[in-house]
Amino acid sequence: MIRISKRGSISRGKALLIRASAIVLAILFCALLTMITTGKNPVDVFSSVIAGSFGTKRKFWLFLQNTAILLCISLAVTPAFKMRCWNLGAEGQVLTGAMAAAACMVLMPETLPNWVVLLTMTVSSIAAGALWAAIPAYFKAKFNTNETLFTLMMNYVATQVVAFFCVKWENPKGSCKIGVINQKSHSGWMPEVGNKYLLVILAVVLVTVFMYFYLNYTKHGYELSVVGESERTARYIGIKVNRVILRTMCLSGAICGLAGLLLVGCINHTVSTSLAGGQGFTAVMVSWLAKFNPLVMVFTSGLLIFMSTGAGEIATNCGLNRAFGDLLSSVLIFFIIGSEFFINYQISFHKKNREVRKDV
Amino acid sequence: MVEERTPAVKMRDITKRFGSVTANDKCWLDIYRGEILALLGENGSGKTTLMNMLSGIYFPDEGHIYIDDKEVVIRSPKDAFDHGIGMIHQHFKLVDVFTAAENIVLGLPGKLDLKAVSRKVRDICERYGFEVDPEQKVYDMSVSQKQTVEIVKVLYRGADILILDEPTAVLTPQETDKLFAVLRNMRNDGKAVVIITHKMHEVEDLSDRVAILRKGHFTGDMRTKDTNTQEMTNMMVGHPVVLNIDRPTPVDPKPRIEVSHLTVVSEDGVTKLDDVSFTANSGEVLGIAGISGCGQKELLEAIAGLQKTRGGSIAYLEDDGSREELIGKDPLEIAGLGVSLSFVPEDRLGMGLVGNMDLSENMLLRSFRSGKGIFTDRKAPHKLAEEVVRDLEVVTPSIETPVRRLSGGNVQKVLVGREIASAPTVLLTAYAVRGLDINSSYTIYDLINEQKKKGVAVIYVGEDLDVLLELADRIVVLCGGKVSGIVDGRKTDKRQVGAMMTKLGGVDA
Amino acid sequence: MFDFVSFIPRAVMQGIPLMYGCVGETITEKSGNLNLGTAGIMYVGGICGVIGSFLYESYAAEMNDFLTVLIPLSCCIAGSLLMGLLYCFLTVTLRANQNVTGLALTTFGVGLGNFFGGSIIKLVDSDIPTVILTRSSRVFARTLPWAETTGWFGKIFLSYSALAYFAILVAVLASWFLNHTRLGLQLRSTGESPATADAAGINVVKYKYVATCVGSVISGLGGLYYVMDYACGVWSNNAFGDRGWLAVALVIFTIWRPSVSIFSSIVFGGLYILNVYIPTGTNLAIKEIYKMAPYVVTIVVLVITSMRNKRENQPPAALGLSYFREER
Repeated sequence: MIRISKRGSISRGKALLIRASAIVLAILFCALLTMITTGKNPVDVFSSVIAGSFGTKRKFWLFLQNTAILLCISLAVTPAFKMRCWNLGAEGQVLTGAMAAAACMVLMPETLPNWVVLLTMTVSSIAAGALWAAIPAYFKAKFNTNETLFTLMMNYVATQVVAFFCVKWENPKGSCKIGVINQKSHSGWMPEVGNKYLLVILAVVLVTVFMYFYLNYTKHGYELSVVGESERTARYIGIKVNRVILRTMCLSGAICGLAGLLLVGCINHTVSTSLAGGQGFTAVMVSWLAKFNPLVMVFTSGLLIFMSTGAGEIATNCGLNRAFGDLLSSVLIFFIIGSEFFINYQISFHKKNREVRKDV
Repeated sequence: MVEERTPAVKMRDITKRFGSVTANDKCWLDIYRGEILALLGENGSGKTTLMNMLSGIYFPDEGHIYIDDKEVVIRSPKDAFDHGIGMIHQHFKLVDVFTAAENIVLGLPGKLDLKAVSRKVRDICERYGFEVDPEQKVYDMSVSQKQTVEIVKVLYRGADILILDEPTAVLTPQETDKLFAVLRNMRNDGKAVVIITHKMHEVEDLSDRVAILRKGHFTGDMRTKDTNTQEMTNMMVGHPVVLNIDRPTPVDPKPRIEVSHLTVVSEDGVTKLDDVSFTANSGEVLGIAGISGCGQKELLEAIAGLQKTRGGSIAYLEDDGSREELIGKDPLEIAGLGVSLSFVPEDRLGMGLVGNMDLSENMLLRSFRSGKGIFTDRKAPHKLAEEVVRDLEVVTPSIETPVRRLSGGNVQKVLVGREIASAPTVLLTAYAVRGLDINSSYTIYDLINEQKKKGVAVIYVGEDLDVLLELADRIVVLCGGKVSGIVDGRKTDKRQVGAMMTKLGGVDA
Repeated sequence: MFDFVSFIPRAVMQGIPLMYGCVGETITEKSGNLNLGTAGIMYVGGICGVIGSFLYESYAAEMNDFLTVLIPLSCCIAGSLLMGLLYCFLTVTLRANQNVTGLALTTFGVGLGNFFGGSIIKLVDSDIPTVILTRSSRVFARTLPWAETTGWFGKIFLSYSALAYFAILVAVLASWFLNHTRLGLQLRSTGESPATADAAGINVVKYKYVATCVGSVISGLGGLYYVMDYACGVWSNNAFGDRGWLAVALVIFTIWRPSVSIFSSIVFGGLYILNVYIPTGTNLAIKEIYKMAPYVVTIVVLVITSMRNKRENQPPAALGLSYFREER
C-alpha cells in the first residue's frame, strides 16, 4: 500500500533536485506535445526554442527586456503575497500606471524640456499604480473585503478607463487606438542607455535589489511577513495591521505603476487595453514558484519568458497559433506546482502485516 | 494481565511514528464491555494517538487490532463506525453552520429526513439524560452543549465502544458530574467506555479499570480499586514525583495594576466582562479561575491593549503612586509609557509566536523596532534565542528551526523565555502549562515564581484548580464575565472555588 | 423610452453563461475548492463544442438534429471534465495552492481555446478571423414554439433555447441538492470542515473530486451556450472575454446560493449590455465608461457584503485550503 506523510524537513539540495527534475520533465513533455502537433523531430524543436530567445542579438536583448518587465511585475506583487494578500490586480495597476504616463505625454506641451515631462510621468504613473492598489487595500483593511475578487474587478475597470481614453484621444480618427505618441518630438520618451533595451533592464535590476533588501532586512519587510503569518501575532506585538496592509499594497501598486511607465516610456510609447498582456497573472505564478524570493524570481521569470518565446518561435515557424506559447508555459507551471507535493510530503510503500505476530 | 472475559477490543504491538517521533511503541490495550476504562498518561504520552488509530483517524505503522477476537483493519472513521467504535475528540468535529441534527446525521446513509432525526435525538437524550435542541446551530452553543452533541452523534450511530478524549477539560465541576452520570448509565447499558485523561481524581471517581501509557509505551493496566494515586503517578511519570508547587510569601506587595468596573462587549454584542474590579500587586501571583470562556481571554487582552472595552478603567500604578491609564492604548503605546508588560497568550503559535519563523526571528518580534534606521537588528535576537535555549533547556535542532516543529513544552519555553527577557513589571499568562508534560510545567512554575520574587506582578489564568490553589497568592474567580469572588489562595479549597465558578459568590452550590 | 422588450431577452441571454459559470463554481466552492480556473474551463467548454460541431459539419453529408446537439455537447462535457480533473489532481491529490493552480488553469484554458480556435480558422482559410457554425447554431438556438405569436410575453419568457432553460433548471436543482439532500449536506460539510467530514466517514477526496468535476462541466456548458446560441455559432478568439471571472465574482454576489444566481446572473447580463441600450449620440468614448458597470457593481456588492458580516453569508470555512488527514 502507498502511504503519504508530511515531511519534517528537506535538504536544500534535495528540494532543488525535485524542482529541477520537474522542469526537465515539463520540457520533455512540451517537446513531445510539440512533436505531435508539428511533426518536427526533437532536435528541430529544441533548436527553435533556443533560437526564439537566443537566436540573434536582437532576440536576446528582447528576451532580457521581456524578462525584466515580467520580473518587475512579479516583484511588485510579491510583498502583497508575502502578507497573504492575493493581489490579482497587477494587470490593472500596470495599466493605470501606463495610462498616467501616456496621459502626461499627450497632455503636456511638447515644447517642455523632456526631463520635466519624464519626471511628471514617473511621479504620476507610480502614484496612479499605488492608488489603484490602495482602493482594494483600504476596504480590505477596513472591512476585510475579499481582495482577490476586488483587485480582479479593478483590472477590468482599468481596462475600461484605458479604452475610454483610447477612443477619446484616438489617432488617427476612427481607429480607436492612440498610436505612437509624440513620434516626432519624442517628448516623454525615455532616453536610450547603451541600446534601447538596457534602461528597462537596469531599472528592474535596481528594483530586484531593492525588493530583496526590503523583504529580508528592513523593519517594514519584517512587519509584513508577521502580518502574513498571523494577524493576531502582529496585533499582539503592536503592529498596526491596517496600516501595514495599506502601505504594502501601495508599494505593490507603485512598482506595477513603474512597470507601466517602463512599458510606455521605454518600449511602446503608446497605451492600449492589451498592454499588460496577462502578465499580471503570470507574475502571480512567477512569484509563487520562486517562493517569494526576489533572486529566484529572476530565474523563474526568465524560464517562463524563455518557454513562451520559444513556443512562439515554433508557432511562427510551423504556422501554428501564437497561443501555443501560453499552452506550453501553463504546462510548465503545472509540473512545477505538482512537484511541490514531493517536497512537502513523502511517499512510502510498505507491505501490510509485515510484522510477525507475537503470541498473546 | 489476562482475563477470562473476551475483550471488545484488543490492540497488540501498535506502533505509530510521525517522522522521527515515535508516538506509540508496541502498545497493548484491552477494552471490555460494561466497563469504564481510564486511559491515563501525561501529555504527549501517546494516549490520543493510540485512540485515533482505533477511530480510524490515523493508521498504525505496525501492529494488530482485534474486535471480539477477530482481526480487523481500520482505515477510516467509517470503518471504525462499522465496528461500533465512536470517538469524541477533544477538538470537536462539528460543522459550525449546521444544526445539531445536521451534524448528528452527517455521514450516515439513507434519505435526509431531519424531522425523523430530531425525534430520534430526543429519544436518546431522554434515555441517558442529556439536553440538546436538535434545531440549534452549533455556533450558538456552549462548549458543554457541543460536547453533548458529539456524544449523541456517536450514540445515534449505535456505537457500543465509546472513546472520550479529555472530556472534562472544558467543563465545570457540575457539568463534569452530569457527564459522569451519563457515562455510568452507558456502562450499565453494556457499552464499553474509554476516557482519556491525566486527572487522577477522575480515574478514581469514574473508572473500573485503568491503563497507563508513558512516553508512547504501555506500562500496564489494573483494576482501579486495586491501585492508588501514588502507584498510578509512578507508572505515569516513571519515578516518584512530589506534587508540591513552591509558593514563596510575597515580599512587600504594592498595587501595580488596578482594574475597576471593567466592561467588555464582544463584536456580536455578547457581554464578556461585566463590571470587573480587582488589584494585582507586585511580587504576587494573582490567579484567575473560571470555566473556559468566562472572560479570562478578554480580561488579559484588555490589560495588554488588545481588546476594545466598553467602560471602566485599567490603571498602571508606579511605586511612587503615579498612575497611567491603559484603556484606549494599543500595545505599542503602552510600551511607550514605559510600562514593561509581558503577555504569554493562550494561543502560543497563533498569537505569541509565528510558527513558520525560526527561534531568532521569533525573538525579533519584541525587539524589531529597536535601533534607528530602516533595517532590523538581527544579532541581538539571535543571542537572546541562544540564551533562552541554554537557560530554559529548550530542545531544538538549531536556532534556525521553525518553532512549529518544536514540541508544545519547548514552544512554551521559547515564548515565556522571550517574554521575561524584557524584564517586565507585569507578567500576564494564560493557560501557561496547557498541553505541557509535568517536567515542563514545573519549569514554567519555577520561572513564574522567579519573576514573582523579582517583584513582578504576575496574573496567572489557569484551568487546573489544583495548580491554582498551590501557586497563586490570591485568586479572582470569574463567573459569566463577573467577579464571583476574590479569595486567598492559602485559605480556600477546591470546593469553594468550584462553587464560585458556577454561581456568583458561590452560595448554594 | 427604454426598450425593455428587446433589452430583457438580450440581458437573459448574456446572463445564461454567467449563470452556468456561477452555479458550477458554487458547487465547486461548496466542496472547499476555490477554482479560479473557471474562466479557462468555460473557454475549454466552448472550444470543445466548436471542435465537435466543426468536425460534424465538415464530415457529415446530412446533418441530423440529434447528433448536431449531441456531438458538441459531449465534446464540451468531456473537455470541461478533463479540466476539472486536472484541477483536482493538482489541488486535492497533490495539494497544490488553489489560487496558483486556478490561475494556471485559466491561462491554459484560454490558451487552448485560442490555439484550437486559431487553428480551425486557419484550416477554413476564411477572410475574417472566426469560425462560423451556422447550421449547428440554428439547432442549438431553437426557441419555444409560441415565442413569436405571443407578443411581448413570448419575447421575454419564451424566446430562449433549451440550454437557457436548462441553466435555470440546473440552478434550481443545485439549490435543492445542496439544501435538502443527504449528499448535499455531506458536500457542504467537506467545504466547511473537512476534518469533521472525514471523522464522520465521508470520503473528502471523493467529494472534492466529484463536486469540482460536476461544477466544471456545468461551467463548461456556459461556454457552449455562449458560442452556439448567444454568438450564433461564431467563435472568434478572446471573444468570450472576462465572463468567467464575472461568474466567479457572482458566486460571492449570490452568497453561495444557486437559486439567487438565476436572478443575479440576469441582472449582470443586463449590466453587461447596458452600454448598447443607453443612447450616447456621437460620444463613443462614454460607452467605454458604461461598460464598467458590471465590474463596479461587483465591487460595490463585495464591499457591502463584507460590511454586514452575517454568519450565514460567509464562504465555506475551509475554502481554499487543502486537506491532509494526518496534519499535526
